[in-house]
Amino acid sequence: MSANRYLSRRNVLSGLCACGFAGLTRAAASAAAAPAAAAVQTFATDEVAAGIHIRRGVDEDATAANEGAIANIGFIVGRDAVAVMDPGGSLVDGQRLRATIRKATSLPIRYVVMSHVHPDHIFGAGAFTEDKPQFVGHARLPNALAQRGEYYRMHLDQILGTGRSGPVINPTQLVKDQSRIDLGGRILEITAHGNAHTDCDLSVLDPQTGTLLLSDLLFVQRVPSLDGSLKGWLTELARLKNVNARRAVPGHGPTGVDWPAASRDLERYLGTLQRETQQAIAKGVDIGQAAKTVALSERDKWTLFDDYNGHNVTRAYKELEWD
Amino acid sequence: MGLKKPMAVTLVGWALLGGLQPALADEEDNQDRAARWKQLQESLFPHRQVLDAGGIITVDAPPRALDAALVPVELHIAANKPVKSVYLVIDDNPAPMAAHFVFGPKADPRDLKLRVRVNAYTNIHAIAETQDGQLHAATQFVKAAGGCSAPAGPDDNAALADIGRMKLRLLGDFNAGKPMQAQLMIRHPNFNGMQMNQITRYFTPARFIRTIDATYDGGQVFHLDADISLSTDPVITFGFVPHAKGQMKVVAQDSSNATFDHSFDVPGTPAG
Repeated sequence: MSANRYLSRRNVLSGLCACGFAGLTRAAASAAAAPAAAAVQTFATDEVAAGIHIRRGVDEDATAANEGAIANIGFIVGRDAVAVMDPGGSLVDGQRLRATIRKATSLPIRYVVMSHVHPDHIFGAGAFTEDKPQFVGHARLPNALAQRGEYYRMHLDQILGTGRSGPVINPTQLVKDQSRIDLGGRILEITAHGNAHTDCDLSVLDPQTGTLLLSDLLFVQRVPSLDGSLKGWLTELARLKNVNARRAVPGHGPTGVDWPAASRDLERYLGTLQRETQQAIAKGVDIGQAAKTVALSERDKWTLFDDYNGHNVTRAYKELEWD
Repeated sequence: MGLKKPMAVTLVGWALLGGLQPALADEEDNQDRAARWKQLQESLFPHRQVLDAGGIITVDAPPRALDAALVPVELHIAANKPVKSVYLVIDDNPAPMAAHFVFGPKADPRDLKLRVRVNAYTNIHAIAETQDGQLHAATQFVKAAGGCSAPAGPDDNAALADIGRMKLRLLGDFNAGKPMQAQLMIRHPNFNGMQMNQITRYFTPARFIRTIDATYDGGQVFHLDADISLSTDPVITFGFVPHAKGQMKVVAQDSSNATFDHSFDVPGTPAG
């Protein structure tokens, strides 16, 4: 197919689109790490609650300069073991997360939670295979990875350089509804959600600290991206607001936010998207025109709005026009 | 213009946009595209001359598509010369002939809208065939890539569950004898045979809508021959002239020889 023609051209271009931003990972050489990890940098994390460490991703799309480190990722330390959520946006992002964990604790990494199929959250999983953890995913994640994993890997390689995206790792432990993982004196409750941000979203609750790790079920400051179901997302959000937690960790934005207060902006955006898309459909405004006009009142409230909103409208329109 | 700055590659967008940008100098591309179009004309319309649009037809598509698997295309035909059919050709798609509409006596052919997959940066040609047999072509260049091989929805089985469901929405007011627009929606995954399951390494077998016939009280509105380029859940907006209250009957047949049909009261839109 002619797509190959474009692959090679894109490689030529990847250098041009790098914006030279090296920033927020605040990389620092690891002095105390084990010899095997000596060459791997660590990064700064925020301890959003006791034993929960989160690295803030940059509000950008993946580039060679940011090395795919664009999502909030981190780890939870129990008495006996460590759980990762999420493993990161590229192999090197995952390697740095692992080095950061090894600097903090020598406890074994028993679980790597993969919150959903998007590459900015899970392509670091390959950095953890040597720990032989359970890779925990939604029951629908294997199917989503079958459809898209290799496709994502190819495109991430385009941006980061060949071989730098990391392998596609399949989950070894599937969650259909709810599940628990025990880190020793710390039991995490994992919920598999209905079709929302994607069709394979997991959230993790740490009841001990009242912390809800939502990954991309919650966007703060960065414009949400819709890849599942608009109505489903609003349903899951309403359900999550009733979870007994006082703090949440969003997939993008600040590492720790008040819960459920921090759901307000996302709910407003999704509600506006739904209402105005329904209005456009009712008025016979076609899908292309709707993509240019719906939810523009949200434009100044989010970063990367222009990169995602039109696409979100297209998704919403396709879903709602069948009602 | 030289090298173009690539647009932001959004993570979600990859699945649907294809984040791949060609970067050749425009001139070289233009030569390639002209040669491609010449070749296509010879194979699609042998021994026929394809004239300029001449104000008879225009084609409108977003210059940069938001979603390569769903590119909205509008065709507008001037009322000054009777047109019997319209072809839509997506030059660089694997099967370039995307659609051929043949208009019947109940049609108002002036405005047509459909949604297509676009696999690479390409020219889109809309060709009007007038009653006297002349071909007039209009062109629009579209920047989109990956729309054909991009993974479809996450779940193939779910896509097949609702297959054949139809809706007809009437746009504007019904006035007997006056042209009006209608939007036809058909649930169909329109698998084009290019989506691979990365685990099994098998391609989801092609299954797509081949023909659609719309008739109003027995009189033909249009016959459509389609191919793999129509988007999932095809949506077609077309014009027709209802002489009186009546019924729009739609019959669609897919490449597995499944037939789907539905009749809709006009005016009035019973749920499909």
